[in-house]
Amino acid sequence: MSDLAIELRGIDKSFGPVHANKNINLSVSKGTIHGIIGENGAGKSTLMSILYGFYQADEGKILVNGEEITIRDPNVAIAAGIGMVHQHFMLVDNFTVLENVMLGAEENAILNRGIVNARAELKRLEDEYALEVDPDAVIEELPVGLQQRVEILKALYRGAEILILDEPTGVLTPAEADHLFRILEQLRDQGKTIILITHKLREIMAITDEVSVMRRGEMVATRKTSETNVEELAELMVGRRVLLRVEKGPSNPSDVKLSVDGLTVRDNRGVVMVDDVSLEVRAGEIVGIAGVAGNGQSELLQAITGIRQAEKGTVLLAGQPIDVTGDADPQDLRKRGLAHVPEDRHHMGLVLSFEENENAILGYHYDEEYLNGPMLKLDAVRSHAAQSAEKYDIRPPDVRLKTANFSGGNQQKIVLAREMERDPAVLVIGQPTRGVDVGAIEFIHKRIIEMRDAGKAVLLVSVELDEIRSLSDRILVMFAGRVVGERTPEATEGELGLLMAGVEEGQEAAQ
Amino acid sequence: MDYFQIVMVTLEATIRLSVPLILAALAGLYSERSGIFDIGLEGKMLAAAFAGGAAAAVYGSAIIGLTAAIVVSVALAMVHAFASITQRGNQIVSGVAINFIALGSTVILGQAWFRQGGRTPQLNEDSRFQAITLPFAETLADVPVLGPIYANLISGHFLLTYFAFAMVPITWWVLYRTRFGLRLRAVGENPGAVDTAGISVTKMRYLGVLCCGILCGFAGAYLSMAVAAGFVKGMTAGKGFIALAALIFAKWKPVNVMLACLLFGFLDALAILLQGQQLPVVGEVPVQFMQALPYVLTVILLAGFIGKAIPPKAGGKPYVKER
Repeated sequence: MSDLAIELRGIDKSFGPVHANKNINLSVSKGTIHGIIGENGAGKSTLMSILYGFYQADEGKILVNGEEITIRDPNVAIAAGIGMVHQHFMLVDNFTVLENVMLGAEENAILNRGIVNARAELKRLEDEYALEVDPDAVIEELPVGLQQRVEILKALYRGAEILILDEPTGVLTPAEADHLFRILEQLRDQGKTIILITHKLREIMAITDEVSVMRRGEMVATRKTSETNVEELAELMVGRRVLLRVEKGPSNPSDVKLSVDGLTVRDNRGVVMVDDVSLEVRAGEIVGIAGVAGNGQSELLQAITGIRQAEKGTVLLAGQPIDVTGDADPQDLRKRGLAHVPEDRHHMGLVLSFEENENAILGYHYDEEYLNGPMLKLDAVRSHAAQSAEKYDIRPPDVRLKTANFSGGNQQKIVLAREMERDPAVLVIGQPTRGVDVGAIEFIHKRIIEMRDAGKAVLLVSVELDEIRSLSDRILVMFAGRVVGERTPEATEGELGLLMAGVEEGQEAAQ
Repeated sequence: MDYFQIVMVTLEATIRLSVPLILAALAGLYSERSGIFDIGLEGKMLAAAFAGGAAAAVYGSAIIGLTAAIVVSVALAMVHAFASITQRGNQIVSGVAINFIALGSTVILGQAWFRQGGRTPQLNEDSRFQAITLPFAETLADVPVLGPIYANLISGHFLLTYFAFAMVPITWWVLYRTRFGLRLRAVGENPGAVDTAGISVTKMRYLGVLCCGILCGFAGAYLSMAVAAGFVKGMTAGKGFIALAALIFAKWKPVNVMLACLLFGFLDALAILLQGQQLPVVGEVPVQFMQALPYVLTVILLAGFIGKAIPPKAGGKPYVKER
């Protein structure tokens, strides 16, 4: 018996021209938590998909428990005791927990007796690993934390000894993430091997025994977690020194530029997502809204920027009302000095099949400088795009390139350049660095601070608590559609985490 | 005719007209539950009806006719499956193409082979399905109320009619009580979950479309070899689309499918009954109005007035592994 659970030798994989994994070697010891860290697009997920049999490597060997195996499809991986918890849960939403756990591991062609046995086995697993969940609950009615638990149970049900978790904390509150870490530690103590894929340095430091760093498809280093630190890992990830904390001077707030009063917004299903929210943003300050995804931040942004009709409430932009309950027109709001960097650049910020220069003026294409009667002045458009590409370091600097061919960070910079360069009075930003690599994050953060120092009012929504804490001058926490607290950036992560989890201030004091 | 008689005749017609709808809608259910939308039910049914009628006429056997109907329908289903699963093509375009292929080729082949203006030769008794009289139907026929109900509504139908109604609970059982059903439902909702569980998405979808082809074959055979004694060009007359409407109306659930098909069959029967009749107050009801009703009801359903029709979540989308 080898004491290595997994050994990868010379794994190589290309998707067409993209070389996703280059000659990767990796050893994971049994009974440890092994972190794999790297920026988006570094090839972590591809590597794990190869291990799980989702893709086949072009070259290289995989050894599980010391024996070389060929993982043709997930069945082979499952049989070898490898289980995977995917970043986007692989659950059937309208199935029960039990049905999801059984799927693919049913005993017989007819379910009758299999269901009874599966239920008993699920119960046993729940007891053994302290992972309670109601087997008859329907997935879509469960909170994400529990859905993830179902994913873990699914893997354990299939007899997984090696558990791969791909970015497991992206959708969790800090408290839920901590809970997950306790579960993982317990699983390790019971002899399971865990591979944790993440781009969050903090998680690596908090829980792993060993960590491997990937950069641009290559495995650049492996360290014992106890013998490394955040700065070294960040440098390994990016390939150069990075500032993890943004440098910023004290804020200098003046007039109220954006004022929201009693705003209530429903989503498409008619559920109240923003419930009587009031807030103010002054010129020269950054107000951050913290919260777990899905607590009304998206709808708040959409209502303020005129994309979604609010039920009631008033919003004042530089003292003038925005018709949020009627037909506020995003284009009109732009002219009045409200710039919007939407949360999801792919769906709302960019048209991916357009050329870069076209996206660089999207929404401002009616500006006279780009128009010659009904015709676009293509030269003016392209030269504008080229200027902002230079200023925002958008790479490659080819304004005729299709937007889909830019990396996430550069796509985000296209949106930021477009919105920031119009000298807006108010800048509303959602998830500025989602899916953006560390190098670009640093750049984007600096720009946001510059906007503040230039006297803009900035409203920032992010699910990354670190980002909120390092950028904001004031932090509002949203939970279940309400602003449940305001804090200064000095507030501890634990304090904010409790607010994000909906623990009332009174309860908090009692704890 | 007294009222009881009118009711009996109408209900009998309802059953007769519902059968192809039930078979076709259940066919669509298997395919769409696996995530492959199928607007080619009409075409498959038409091609099957032609194949059944032609083969039965040539070989003089109902069984050979039925087999031919199923083979042709399955062949078309596999074309749809290849286009939309293997080649990841647009499922609607593929379905439309199948409808047109069936519409044109049945007439051309019919004329080339039999020279009867697109018809197949009249089938004799041996080469088509016969109505089955259940035991005691005649003896009990004189019992008031229950007798005629047994004799006319329960007894006296084609084997395929009983098969169609039996398929309803069988489909329910397959869908909710078997491993195949669990996987079929899963693959239409989240193929990623099925793939990561180590099951082939492609295989499950092909199986779903295969079931669809088989049942469309039965539906076609019913039209040309049971209710009629031979194929007539365009004889499906939109039944495939009504079946599709029924499937949506039934929210992709087997028992609901039967009820929706019976409702639509009843509307059809009513249209025949009311043809040229003067009704109090409203006067003569145009046949077209009754024929349009299934579609109108479905549109009302889709607009959200009667509950909500939520299709299988992954329906219509080719499965591509994410990178």
